[in-house]
Amino acid sequence: MRRRSLLAGLGAAAAGISLGGLDGCEAPVGRGRNGEEARLNLYNWDTYVGATTLRDFRAATGVAVKMSLYATNDELFARLADGNPGFDVIVPSNEYVTRLRLAGLLQPLDLETIPNRVNILPTFQNPAFDPGRRWSMPYTWLVLGLGYRKSRIAGVPDSWKWVFDSDRYAGRIGVFSEADDLVRLGAMYLGHAPRDLPTPVIDQVAAMLIHQKPAIKVFHHDEGQDLLLAGDIDIVMEYNGDIAQVMAEDPDLDFVIPREGSLLDSDCLAIPTGAPRPDNAHAFINFVLGAKAGAEIAQTIRYPTPNGAALELMDAAYRDNPVIFPPPAVLARCQYGEFEGLARSRLYDETLTRILVS
Amino acid sequence: MSAAESFVAESPARRPRLFVALGLPPMAWLAVFFLVPMALPSALSFGQNVTLTRIAVTGSLANYAHTLQPLYLRILAKSLAIAAATTLVCVLAGFPTALAIAFAPARRKPWLLALIMLPFWTNLLVRTFALMAVLRPEGYLNKGLGVLWRLIRAPAAALGFAAPPFHPLALMNTDVAVLIGLVYVNLPFMVLPLYAALERMDRGLIEAAQDLGAPAPRVFARVILPLAMPGVASGVILTLIPALGSYLTPDLLGGPSSLMIANVIERQFHAADDWPFGAALSFVLILLTFVALAARGAMQSRRS
Repeated sequence: MRRRSLLAGLGAAAAGISLGGLDGCEAPVGRGRNGEEARLNLYNWDTYVGATTLRDFRAATGVAVKMSLYATNDELFARLADGNPGFDVIVPSNEYVTRLRLAGLLQPLDLETIPNRVNILPTFQNPAFDPGRRWSMPYTWLVLGLGYRKSRIAGVPDSWKWVFDSDRYAGRIGVFSEADDLVRLGAMYLGHAPRDLPTPVIDQVAAMLIHQKPAIKVFHHDEGQDLLLAGDIDIVMEYNGDIAQVMAEDPDLDFVIPREGSLLDSDCLAIPTGAPRPDNAHAFINFVLGAKAGAEIAQTIRYPTPNGAALELMDAAYRDNPVIFPPPAVLARCQYGEFEGLARSRLYDETLTRILVS
Repeated sequence: MSAAESFVAESPARRPRLFVALGLPPMAWLAVFFLVPMALPSALSFGQNVTLTRIAVTGSLANYAHTLQPLYLRILAKSLAIAAATTLVCVLAGFPTALAIAFAPARRKPWLLALIMLPFWTNLLVRTFALMAVLRPEGYLNKGLGVLWRLIRAPAAALGFAAPPFHPLALMNTDVAVLIGLVYVNLPFMVLPLYAALERMDRGLIEAAQDLGAPAPRVFARVILPLAMPGVASGVILTLIPALGSYLTPDLLGGPSSLMIANVIERQFHAADDWPFGAALSFVLILLTFVALAARGAMQSRRS
C-alpha cells in the first residue's frame, strides 16, 4: 500500500512531477460564492485519493481541483520552505505536521467551517502532535507491527524481541531502515516511552541492534511486505496496511502488534501558510471528512481510515479486518512518533548509520 | 596548406569573433548547469541550520570535521573496497570479452557490441529489480540450481551417495549481491574502452612476436597487455568512479552491512534533514574522484 514510500526509497521519486506551474498556465475560472476563484491546488501523494473524489467535489461545490504529487515529506517540506508556490491543501504525515507548524508553514484551521470533523473516530480526535486538531485533520493512519509467515514462526510473535533481541529466526528477519522508528521501537521494547530518550537508552538500543545484526537479513525501505510474500524473510517490521495487502494474496501470512506497544503514523490534511484559496481549502477538507467521500477514498486506496462515518459505509472485509483495524485495547498501547527537533533526528540517523556500519 | 597550418589559421587570435560565437554557448551551458549547481552545495557544506527551514552559510568547517569521524571514514573505506572489487572483477571479465570482440570477424563485431550495449536500453532500476528476481532465495538462479540438484541427486543415490536436499543459496541482501549488481551495471564501461584500445592495436606486432617464436601467453603478457593499458586505465576510471558513488544497487541488493557512502548522503538530504553535512560528504566523495583521476594522470605522464 505504501508504494509511495517505496518509490521514494528507491530514489525514483518523481522529482519533476510537481515542478509544473500552478497558476499561470490554466484557463481562467469564475469566482465561487465565497469570492474565491473556483479552483483548488491539492498537493498530495501519488495514488492517494479516491477514483472520483475530485470530480465529486467539483460537482458538489463547483471548485475544480488541480492535484500535484510529491513522493516524500521532505519534498513537500522543501517545496513550501521557500514560500508557498500556490498550494491550498497538503497531506503531510504527523511528524511533518509538527515540523511545518514549527517552521510557520501551516495556518490554523477554522474548525467552524469543518463540521464533518465529528466523523473522526475518537482515537484520532486529540492526538499528541496536534491537540484539539487545530492544524490538521486525519486523512489515513497506519500502525507498525510484525508481519510473519505462520508456517515458519512458532505461535504468535507478539513481542519486538523476535526481531530485536533473539536469534531464533536468524537470517529470516527484516526491520525498517527508518532511523526514528527503529530507535523508538527499540526503546519501547526496552520499556521506555518513545520520546525524550536519554542518550544511554539510545546507546543501549544501538548496542542491542548491533548485537542482533547477524540475525537480521535485511534493513528494508518499506517493501517488507514484498520480501515476506516472496519468502525472502519470515518475520518483518512493517505497517498493518501493507501486510493486510499481501495477506489477501497469501493466507499463510499474518500480522501482530507486539505487546510492548508500537508507533502510529497518520497522514493529515492541512492548509499551508499563504494558501491562495483558504475557503475552498476548508470546504475540501470538510468534504473529504464526509461519510461518502471518505468511504470512496478508502474504497480506492484501502488504507485504514480515521473517518468513523465512512467506515460504516465500507464492506465487512475492510471494516472487520483485525489487521487494518486492531482492537482498541491494542491501539491504546500505541503512540505517535513525535518530531523532537533537528538535532534529535540527526542523532537517530547517525545511530542507524552506526548500526549499519558495525 | 597543411592541417597544422589551417589549425593555426583558425586560432582564437586570428578569428576572435568566431571563437566567441562557437565557444560561448557551451561555456554558458557549463556555467549555468554545472558550475552553479556545484557552487550551491559547496556553499551549503560550510553552513549550519539556523531554523528548520533556513541554512546560514557561516564558513564553518564543522561539517567537514564531522565527515572525518571514524564512523564515516569506515563507510568511505568500505565504499572504496566494494568499488575496487567491482573494478577488479570488471577487468578480469571485461578483458577476455573485449579481446574476443576485437578479434571477431568484422561482420559480427557490430552485433557483439550491440549485445554489450543492450542493457542500457533498460532503466537501471528495472534491471536491478530483475536482478533481485534472479538472486532471491526463491529466484531463478536458485530454482535452476534446485532442478540441477534434483537431476544429480537420483543417480547419486543409486550409486550410494546420499546427497542432502537442496538449500537455496543466500545471495540476496549480501555484499556479494551488491558486487554482482555493480559488475553487471559497470561491465560495459570496462569492455568498451578496452575494445577501443585492442581494436586500434597494430596486429602486425602480434604477428611479429609470433614469428619470432613467442608462445601465446608471452604474446599476451608482453605485447597485447601493454598496448591495451590505456584502455584498462580508462575502463578502471569509468568503472571505479560510478561504482564508488553507487546508491541504488547497495540499497536494493545489499544486506545489513552493505551501506555505501551515497546511501548515507541520501539520508542526510531526506530522513536526517542535514543538508550541510550531506553536502560536505558529497564533496569528500568528489575529492576521492579527483584523487582517482589524478592517479590516472600521473600514470599516463609516467608512461609517456
